[in-house]
Amino acid sequence: MAEGILYLSDDTFDETIQGSDKPVLVDFWAEWCGPCKMIAPVLEEIASEQGEQLQIAKLNVDDNPDAARRFGVLSIPTLILFRNGEVEKRLVGAKGKGQLLQELSDVLA
Amino acid sequence: MPDDVREVIIIGSGPAGLTAAVYAARANLHPLMIEGVDAGGQLMLTTEVENYPGFPEGILGPDMMARFREQAERFGTEFVTANVSKVDLSARPFSVWVDDEEHRSRAVIVSTGARARMLGLESEAQLLGHGVSTCATCDGFFFRDQEIAVVGGGDSALEEALFLTKFATKVTLIHRRAELRASKIMQDRAFANERIEFLWDSVVEDVLGDQTLSGLRVRNVKTDAVSELPVTGMFVAIGHFPNTNLFDGQLDRDDEGYVLTKGLAGETPATATNIEGVFACGDCVDHVYRQAVTAAGMGCQAAIDTERWLEAKAHEERSA
Repeated sequence: MAEGILYLSDDTFDETIQGSDKPVLVDFWAEWCGPCKMIAPVLEEIASEQGEQLQIAKLNVDDNPDAARRFGVLSIPTLILFRNGEVEKRLVGAKGKGQLLQELSDVLA
Repeated sequence: MPDDVREVIIIGSGPAGLTAAVYAARANLHPLMIEGVDAGGQLMLTTEVENYPGFPEGILGPDMMARFREQAERFGTEFVTANVSKVDLSARPFSVWVDDEEHRSRAVIVSTGARARMLGLESEAQLLGHGVSTCATCDGFFFRDQEIAVVGGGDSALEEALFLTKFATKVTLIHRRAELRASKIMQDRAFANERIEFLWDSVVEDVLGDQTLSGLRVRNVKTDAVSELPVTGMFVAIGHFPNTNLFDGQLDRDDEGYVLTKGLAGETPATATNIEGVFACGDCVDHVYRQAVTAAGMGCQAAIDTERWLEAKAHEERSA
């Protein structure tokens, strides 16, 4: 378990997203997904470098199918950015750190 | 030469690049591998690999690539997990940039691989991640008890279709011809699977659905009859194109973009490109065999070609 990353479940999802004073980027992932493994270290880096502005969270879709279903996740990795509990942005597929930081530049300003 | 010039940079981290890294590292060339955002290459998107020698029980693609990487790392390969933004191969030492960071080396091994071709429809791009998928292994799970389609007629299409029958109640394979390109063993398996149906001589004209995919508009190329196939997922496996745009105007490539090497003309060193000191291997060169094991073999050739070339250059410099 990496530092600075929240591990969500179907039970804690809403509470965490609604209760966060920072924007939350949720990584919908699963063990059997190759590209999910590729982006894991990138998210860990972002969590440790940008933790003050952005909360990184992970949701295992295999163990927690409800949240994935509710947000219409049909491909992983999908990253959904929540601000004040609302979906602000969704990113599908593996991306590099530079590209991700650019996509997140609004909340990292 | 200044100290910051490396012996070799390897671009790309599939079986070709990582095998080249194992050999180059063992030859004390201290390779730097720029592995890309899609590190591990196409095998990261596959399930069971049953035709790589040495794994009689089969091995999952991502697990196999993790092992390749471990082996390359064990002998001292350094990794940068990012895409190369540009290269300058016009003068030696060569320059390879990752964003603003420049890396320089005496030799370069190009092993950037290939990626899956998409249909190229606007609606397909819009519904990517909402029913359109490029990775059956990743996304099959979301289509449990649903009806879905796979487009294509080769080994990868059948492999995906067979894998997806674990989840979907019905998988329709849409193929533009009346017979498959796939290997006999895959065809036998697919024909024997009750959950797979075949839609021959057909092409997808449009991907339907607003928020999520609800169906496909399919045209029969023989009769021109258009029909709608109600499915919630579409997986595309209609071939590949090489990741070689980075080398535009620098490396000689064929009409489809595959890097041309001496080996293709029956000459040696087989992996040499039109630029001295730049070697290429794997699926960015090979559009005929495209196997993990052939890519690995070519990666080995590229490392040996590189090592010999560097040695010859060093010898020249010493005698000059």
